[in-house]
Amino acid sequence: MDAVIENLPTYFEGFRMTLLLLVVSGVSALILGTIIAAMRISPVGSLRVFATVYTELVRNTPLTLVLFFCAIILPYLGSRLDYVTAALIGLSVYTSPFVAEALRSGINGVPIGQAEAARSVGLGFGQTVSLVVMPQAFRMTIPPLINVFIALTKNTSVAGGFFVFELFAATRELANANGNAVIAILLGAATLYLVITIPLGVLAAQLERKWVVQR
Amino acid sequence: MSNSSVLFDAPGPKARRVSLTSSIIAGVLIIAGLAWMAWTLAQPRDSGGITLPGFFDPSRWDIFADPEVWQFIITDGVLGTLRAALVASVFAVALGILFSLLRSSEIAWIRIPTTVVLEFLRGMPVLLMMLFILLVLNTGAYWAVVAALSLYNGALIGEALRAGLAALPRGQREAGLSLGMRPLQSKMLVEFPQAFRQMLPIIVAQLVVLLKDTSLGYIVGYSELLRVNMNNLGSFYGNRYLFSLFVVTLVLYLIMNLTLSWFARWLSKRTASKSSGKRLDPEDPNQAMLVAQATAAAKQSHAQPGSF
Repeated sequence: MDAVIENLPTYFEGFRMTLLLLVVSGVSALILGTIIAAMRISPVGSLRVFATVYTELVRNTPLTLVLFFCAIILPYLGSRLDYVTAALIGLSVYTSPFVAEALRSGINGVPIGQAEAARSVGLGFGQTVSLVVMPQAFRMTIPPLINVFIALTKNTSVAGGFFVFELFAATRELANANGNAVIAILLGAATLYLVITIPLGVLAAQLERKWVVQR
Repeated sequence: MSNSSVLFDAPGPKARRVSLTSSIIAGVLIIAGLAWMAWTLAQPRDSGGITLPGFFDPSRWDIFADPEVWQFIITDGVLGTLRAALVASVFAVALGILFSLLRSSEIAWIRIPTTVVLEFLRGMPVLLMMLFILLVLNTGAYWAVVAALSLYNGALIGEALRAGLAALPRGQREAGLSLGMRPLQSKMLVEFPQAFRQMLPIIVAQLVVLLKDTSLGYIVGYSELLRVNMNNLGSFYGNRYLFSLFVVTLVLYLIMNLTLSWFARWLSKRTASKSSGKRLDPEDPNQAMLVAQATAAAKQSHAQPGSF
């Protein structure tokens, strides 16, 4: 316990970086994922094919490999990114297909009858989308999206293996320095992860119960 | 993907022409982008006064003509990855079955501690778990990878199986009990086999995640595909081959994961067409996991109001 309290500054330095990774790559994965989802449901064939191939390939590539590429192969190819930026890019790219799939399943989950009904009462395309389909798709999408961000929180730890000093890297350093208090050090780090993931999980379950349209 | 979108009307001839034209334009742009990337990679580059050949130059790929390199990649790398994944899968499924039974137990002092343990396992990064096992139990990297993956995926599979149990019609259990089975007998002989079959595609989909996560062994020092290729071969043959080794590693991972993904999808299509009941989004097993958990949570709260 003493080891944890003594090293609180190191923990919080790592925790801050974990939060930074989570927020920045979360937001950019959201943007990238929305673009991919839009491409995937667009009527333009080649964009659809591109988005499908991208989703399949990235989703079946291990995150470790993606971050390895960003942290070690990219500099070798001549990029001049620092490791934090490289990790942010890697995490965003890796998370984007999961975001896209969550969005797509939300939109696809709206029964066709809803749009047909909207059109049959004389709503135009814009009205159908903004008043009938999107509100329902949005409500169905939020809980799975939160689950994607929970996964992202845990995934930020992989960046610790690629020269980014976040919570996992901080823990590893502390554990190596305090050989007699390894368990306390690790439990301290686990608590900090749970501080992010459990409230998000509760939130997702709450929204699920409250928002999802029962069919 | 024929009626993938509810947003658009069935296109008329004009709309079809417009979308064909934009499709061709977008396609040309995408191909041009890829070609530009390939061209950039193919250019020779200056590095500290020395001109290195482009990335498609034979001198960057010649080691792959050597069967010994492949033997090393396959026996050390691929088999190292598969061995860890296979052993962890077996343990994960076994643990999942155990967890789901404990978690859906009617006795509170079994159910509540299990819930706490499962929440803990699900909320923690696998990598931290690996470090924990490596440092505390001092098992060596292989068992750290296998044990952490088993525990983490066991917790997730347990939740999926619990969802499957919760999604079964209540009559199944009642029928079992009315035949004079004890609750445990009804659970093991009637409910569980059905739940397991229903959830099999989701479990296989989770095993894709497990297979992907074996690459975390790279960080904790277990010799799997990524580590063997990039560290061992990479440092033996030198920087010149870094890029080509990476490409080979990526392709091997994609082959393994896509095969398993397709198997999961095939399984879920097969089970979906057989059972006319609850269909858990056969399109995408990864999403199905989330749907299943949500169903379980919802069922639980409807079935026993105020039990928490």
